[in-house]
Amino acid sequence: MLGNYTHKKKGRVITSLMILLFVWLVFANSSPVHAEYGDLVLNENAENEGMPPVVFPHWFHRIRFRCKVCHADLGFKFKAGGSGINMLKIIDGKYCGACHDGEIAWSVENCALCHSGKDKQRTHVHGSTVNKLVLPIKNK
Amino acid sequence: MTIHVNHQLLISIFIAMFLLPMQINFAADPLSFNRLMKKQAEKNPPPSRDGIHNPRSEGTKALQAPKQAFSKMIKGKAGNHVDWVKSLSEGKINPRYDRKDPKAKPIVMDLNIVREVKGSMPDVVYPHAQHTEWLDCSNCHPAIFIPQKGANQISMASILLGQKCGVCHGKVAFPVTAKTCRLCHSKNKTKDKNKVEKVSNKK
Repeated sequence: MLGNYTHKKKGRVITSLMILLFVWLVFANSSPVHAEYGDLVLNENAENEGMPPVVFPHWFHRIRFRCKVCHADLGFKFKAGGSGINMLKIIDGKYCGACHDGEIAWSVENCALCHSGKDKQRTHVHGSTVNKLVLPIKNK
Repeated sequence: MTIHVNHQLLISIFIAMFLLPMQINFAADPLSFNRLMKKQAEKNPPPSRDGIHNPRSEGTKALQAPKQAFSKMIKGKAGNHVDWVKSLSEGKINPRYDRKDPKAKPIVMDLNIVREVKGSMPDVVYPHAQHTEWLDCSNCHPAIFIPQKGANQISMASILLGQKCGVCHGKVAFPVTAKTCRLCHSKNKTKDKNKVEKVSNKK
């Protein structure tokens, strides 16, 4: 009876230790993972309207187009979330819709290809220098 | 009796789950190396592991992995770890200048602007050529840079804050790091100037 009890106790100690080890591995050994430099997360409206945030990969697009195409011809501002884009403008062929029309690139019915961001992210440029500084900088 | 023990065990595991990671945080060695330096992140992770995509989204699974796209390009020291300018000039990539016409050629302007800077840092040479390969004049002029000599005040502080050159450099174009300073600060100060400085230092 007593032997059985200690045996059970040992088993519990081992399981609890294993759980602790697992927890420790998850929390202490998770190396930071960062998305691609220049990736934009856009969440000005998306989550408020019930859709996941948009991720825009700059790297993918600049392999195929020069900056001028979007930033001069299509009127994209040099500021994340600064162009006031919504789905109506896109289906009318403005901004993303100028290419994502089913002719130059896949069309808007593929919602999840853009709206693939993790929940609850603010609009930001991933890996931007200003977000990576150890100390905030003051303009002189 | 057994139920009681189980309760204790569960509670202790629960407490440990919350306390242990905190403890690790607080117990960081005060004499450790690189106390303020951020850990080296994995380079070019696939979308499912990059921290901003939802790994369970069907869309995420369909997206291209950067490593696959970058495999044919020239490696770089910062940013995406590819050299975009070289990859373009050596024909590794062929991005369109017009969204519909793959044959449209950019209007390249070959004019270097030299900006003398303070201290020992080499002067800045701004090459219009590499920039006009990618951009249109109207992208920078006149909103960001007034096209007139001496009319633009630029400081590293403003660049780091995302103004002037920092509108692109630090977000998409190569960022400001120790490895990239000399890409802009590329013209060493003239030897005569150095001589004068050295003499004045001896006094």
